[in-house]
Amino acid sequence: MADKLVQDIYDQEEDTQKGKYLTFSLGNELYGIEIKHVTEIVGLQPITEVPELPDYIKGIMNLRGKIIPLMDVRLRFKKPFRDYNDRTCVIVIDIDDLSIGLIVDSVSEVISIADSEIVPPPELNKVGNRYIKGIGKVGNEVKLLLDCDKLLLEDEANCLTSIIE
Amino acid sequence: MSSHFSNEPMLEIFIHETSQLVEKLEQSILDSEKASCYTLPAINEIFRIMHTIKGSSSMMMFNNLAALAHAMEDLFFYLREEKPKDVDCNSLSDLVFEGVDFIKLEIIKIKNGEEADGNAALLINRIRHYLLSLKKEDGKLDLSPAEKGAEVEKQHYYISQDKPQVQVPQNHYHAVVYFEDGCEMENIRAYTIIHNLKDLTSEYVYYPEDIIENDESVQIIREKGFEIYLQTECSYQEMNDFFMKTVFLKDLKLEKMERTDEPAWAFRKAQKAGEEAYKERSKASVETALHREEKESLSTGHPSIISVNVQKLDKLMDLVGEMVIAEAMVTQNPDLVGLQLDNFQKAARQLRKITSELQDTVMSIRMVPLVTTFQKMNRIVRDMCKKLDKDVKLEIIGEETEVDKNIIEHISDPLMHLVRNALDHGIEAQEDRHTKGKPSKGTITLEAKNAGSDVVITVRDDGRGLNKAKILERARENGLLYRPEEEMTESEVFNLIFLPGFSTKEKITEFSGRGVGMDVVTKNIEAVGGTVTVDSKQDCGTTVVLKIPLTLAIIDGMNARVGKSCFTIPTTSVKQSFRPKATDILTDPDHNEMIMVRGQCLPIIRLHKLYNVQTEVRSLTEGIIIMVENNQKTCCIFADELLGQQQVVVKALPNYIKKLRHIRGLAGCTLLGDGSISLILDAAELADYR
Repeated sequence: MADKLVQDIYDQEEDTQKGKYLTFSLGNELYGIEIKHVTEIVGLQPITEVPELPDYIKGIMNLRGKIIPLMDVRLRFKKPFRDYNDRTCVIVIDIDDLSIGLIVDSVSEVISIADSEIVPPPELNKVGNRYIKGIGKVGNEVKLLLDCDKLLLEDEANCLTSIIE
Repeated sequence: MSSHFSNEPMLEIFIHETSQLVEKLEQSILDSEKASCYTLPAINEIFRIMHTIKGSSSMMMFNNLAALAHAMEDLFFYLREEKPKDVDCNSLSDLVFEGVDFIKLEIIKIKNGEEADGNAALLINRIRHYLLSLKKEDGKLDLSPAEKGAEVEKQHYYISQDKPQVQVPQNHYHAVVYFEDGCEMENIRAYTIIHNLKDLTSEYVYYPEDIIENDESVQIIREKGFEIYLQTECSYQEMNDFFMKTVFLKDLKLEKMERTDEPAWAFRKAQKAGEEAYKERSKASVETALHREEKESLSTGHPSIISVNVQKLDKLMDLVGEMVIAEAMVTQNPDLVGLQLDNFQKAARQLRKITSELQDTVMSIRMVPLVTTFQKMNRIVRDMCKKLDKDVKLEIIGEETEVDKNIIEHISDPLMHLVRNALDHGIEAQEDRHTKGKPSKGTITLEAKNAGSDVVITVRDDGRGLNKAKILERARENGLLYRPEEEMTESEVFNLIFLPGFSTKEKITEFSGRGVGMDVVTKNIEAVGGTVTVDSKQDCGTTVVLKIPLTLAIIDGMNARVGKSCFTIPTTSVKQSFRPKATDILTDPDHNEMIMVRGQCLPIIRLHKLYNVQTEVRSLTEGIIIMVENNQKTCCIFADELLGQQQVVVKALPNYIKKLRHIRGLAGCTLLGDGSISLILDAAELADYR
């Protein structure tokens, strides 16, 4: 009985997070990231550079005693680097015990996107949209929904090439 | 049932408390056994521990545990009260150890959320038998065992820690002693009685009370006799015999009092209130007060030590780190620049002092000495010696070495395996040792020390050593050879024993030889980022060295700046730092830079070049050279300037980065006082890098 109740509460919590996305901008595009992955949003803090890492890993940051790596999403997507300013934010995400901060141009809002409003990304070529899980339609805008797992984990190949370069 | 409660704080406390008690218990038994006698304090301690376990496990409804603890408690109660001579120490220890093992097993079951369903009946029976035989030997078996048991149980509630000797006996006597006329010094004689009485009981009152101090008491004794009220377990006959032994005894009136005499008893006791406060608690209040007192003192055990959830400690450490940053933000606030604030500065200094002290304390909290882990090995050695009929002494060195709590948890299993292996495979049977001309007593040495940024734990035995040919043969059989035999160095051959599925012992014994042991050792040690190496000499012994790295350990570090980055070098590997003279610097045709230091030519590693850091200091003569040495390899690191030396908590690089790749020369990172991050350099790896 009690177990069921607890389960219900969890389900509810799960429900409140479901279908919600934190959106942020990178240049002109708007991206969405599932809210359940997001731990917090902090302003940019001093970054300690760590050598021998791919250029999109800007370094590490002290987040209240916890040391997390920072990934510049712009560089990750091979966009030109833009100087950080007041609006630059770090989205701290947590996936499978891996914490990482994503440096983005600015964070906009949390929105709900129903599953029916999400369409799979067009299959241009296999390499193109690896990190995009789907495209969400909100009013007149479209948001590119990021696949966090791939963003974090699927870069061994990339990593190798960056070393060779 | 227990799984249902698995998260209950009560259960958690029970598990924790009981396992600690059991550990303590084990230690005192081991000590007693070594001394081959059970001293009174030891018996008392064991008794108390058993009593606590009994109480708490019956509270938690673990009846089998409670029953076992009860049986052991009875046994030690008897030992304590009767002090029987010629107790067979060995069999007693064995019995108690069996009990300890049973409790341990049940605790593990409870921990895993299983039912604590072990059956202790057999063991309990054996303990009972043992107790019975003890009593028989002692000739004091005047009560049937069942009766005795019940009686004993009833009494336990009166035993308090500070007064372990107090008996609360059943029989109440009233004795009036008359001395022969003209024997003189009646008061002294009365005192002698009291003095002798102390051996039998500590619950007594007598009248007149001031027999020694007051000469008039002589008169009272002459006229009215010397009155004694006492409580004892002794029978009427025994008491009668006792009093009859008194010299110059004229007359003795000894009567056994019934419980109805209680008020008189209490009254008499109350008379003594002034001088011996603890003796005259009236029955009812004694019962509750003692009970409470005992509960309190027992439940805390070691009042100076509390156990804390490690996660809370981590949190605390993070918070303190944050506070240090916040402090810096306040005291070095840009808004304050140019203001004359004497009082503020004073207060800020105070704040800074406190925060830094707080930080140091928090950092040291996590460190735990290895002593408990090492002492656990005593038990293993003892048990195995008995089973294998070997005579081995365990020598422990450097057990005060402090290691992070996390690491302790990881090295306890490997150590156990190593000690077992050393005893089982390493140390030869006694006859063999004799023929080899070694002392028949083998030695296993367990040593811990801080070496550089590592903790080095050595397990050394003086046994037969590793047999190279046999290892190779076995490796061949199991298909573990990854290289042609001829090419392998000796140490490579030895290290084969750490491969999974390797065991040279023909016979699988109870303790080792399943070919998993060494494999577990490597796995566990590697889990904390350590290394295992083995060295051996035929017939001289084997040495296994566990090198546990600095994960979360606190190290002394030298901070150096390069551009905007800060690097920390473990102070232990720093030999010296100096500003080089241009004349000492050499460059070879490949543009490798070298420096002459005291006749030695050492390579220079420019950190800014190595890690591609932007800096203005590019000329060697403007910066600083830090000479580091590790594993007999020396190199010189070039940095912009030294920032100072401080204790740092080593944190691992984030998992994400570790997954991405291994960065050469970096051992981890640490937070500096101002909240910025410094990278910790691994001197050994840097030296190799060249």
